Amino acid sequence: MHSKIEVRSLNKSFESDQGRLVVIEDVSFTVRDGETVAIIGPSGCGKTTLMNMIAGFIRPDAGAIVIDGVPRLKPDPRGILITQHGSVFPWLTVRENLMFGLNGHAPRNKAEIADHYAAIVGLKGFESSYPHELSGGMLKRAELARALVVKPEVLYMDEPFSALDALMSLRVRNELLRILAEERHTVMLITHDVEEAIHVADRILVLSPRPARIQAAFDVPFPHPRRLTSAPAQELRVAILRELGVDHYGG
Amino acid sequence: MNRIRNSLPALGVIAALLAAWWGTIVATQSLIFPTPWGVVTGAIELLADGTLWRHIGASLLRVGTGFALAVCIAVPLGLWMGWVRGAYNTLNPIFQMLRPISPIAWIPIAILWFGVGDASPIYLIFISSVFPMIVQTTVGVHTIDKRYLRAAENFGVSRATLFTQVVIPAVLPQVLVGMRIGLGVAWLVVVAAEMIALRSGLGYMIMDSRNAGNRYDLVIAGMIIIGVIGLSLDSTMRRLERIRWVRWRYAQ
Repeated sequence: MHSKIEVRSLNKSFESDQGRLVVIEDVSFTVRDGETVAIIGPSGCGKTTLMNMIAGFIRPDAGAIVIDGVPRLKPDPRGILITQHGSVFPWLTVRENLMFGLNGHAPRNKAEIADHYAAIVGLKGFESSYPHELSGGMLKRAELARALVVKPEVLYMDEPFSALDALMSLRVRNELLRILAEERHTVMLITHDVEEAIHVADRILVLSPRPARIQAAFDVPFPHPRRLTSAPAQELRVAILRELGVDHYGG
Repeated sequence: MNRIRNSLPALGVIAALLAAWWGTIVATQSLIFPTPWGVVTGAIELLADGTLWRHIGASLLRVGTGFALAVCIAVPLGLWMGWVRGAYNTLNPIFQMLRPISPIAWIPIAILWFGVGDASPIYLIFISSVFPMIVQTTVGVHTIDKRYLRAAENFGVSRATLFTQVVIPAVLPQVLVGMRIGLGVAWLVVVAAEMIALRSGLGYMIMDSRNAGNRYDLVIAGMIIIGVIGLSLDSTMRRLERIRWVRWRYAQ
């Protein structure tokens, strides 16, 4: 597998009242094709800024993002960003939302493709519903489906499940894993939830507090479906938490 | 049942006001100011000879025309100003300066430009309702949640799709708010404008009733009718909030 995403010494700082605030400092890593990489870090460390740069919405001060060997300068449908608060258009039905990104298809065909993906994420029967008629979990599925419809090579997920309750988060994660097993997307997942990272990722990068640097990297060698209560998974969890400065046993 | 109970206090206040009015007239034995019953009989008289309908029709037609013109100008202009920074920077200062000028102050100019026909009040309605609608539409574009614009950018859709599927639907609830304000102002203005220049309309009817023999029963009947029509125009606009294109805004 070749490297899909290459992040080369990214730097980003913002002007603030207190002067220059360095948010990202010399972050480099690569993501292989089809790999799921989780980035975990303390809140406010610049995870979202990092994701927005990689997805193409913010320009870095220095460094580059290279995708398939080509520097990325702006967002495009080959990599879809999914965020915590979601961006499913509330004025469009589920079907219309899913059809939104389908350029260059016949109208009839669009609706078919949209309904197909609605069914994949378990929204069959809700194609004509408006987002305000859906629960938080269903809304997340709709957003995921809208991203999948355009067959993106990369999914950028910025704390996608953190607005859901624990049970719903687990359900949608399982859904995501099932879809990933079939479609083999490359995924970058930003989270502050260590268990979520261990649940879905092939590799976990731990960021330091601001300015964010990559502080540690862990492989997650467990086969799917994963049992998060297994001894090795728990050991990994403790190791990551220690990296984040939290001793699991309250020390 | 609940609705009836909720409106009881308001009905009580209205009844108390009517009683106080009636009592005062009886006590003072006023010869000019009518009793509530006098207003009712006056209104019936106007209804019977058909003049009331003619005046209401004339007022509504002027409001309808001026308001429709204003919508046709304000909505595209507001969208353009909201979307294009340069258009906003160029036009907004002018509009902000024109906006606080009372439509009444425009009356002499309206007469100069358009004479004393229907065009004058239509122009006044236009000028008074166009600015609030421009402002609301522009604000609507400026306050579109960035995450939706970002999503549209991410999917790489055409400019036409961006406009028809994101910008316009996102702004529509704000346009509706602007239209509510605009129509309210329009109704306020048509009556004022008709008081000065014309030979028909509710405003004319009020002034004419006073001038032609101190018919204060008809003056008050006219005022009440203006209030009732204004209220029903507003509730019609409010009912538009339920249509599917804007319902999402109120359902959250």
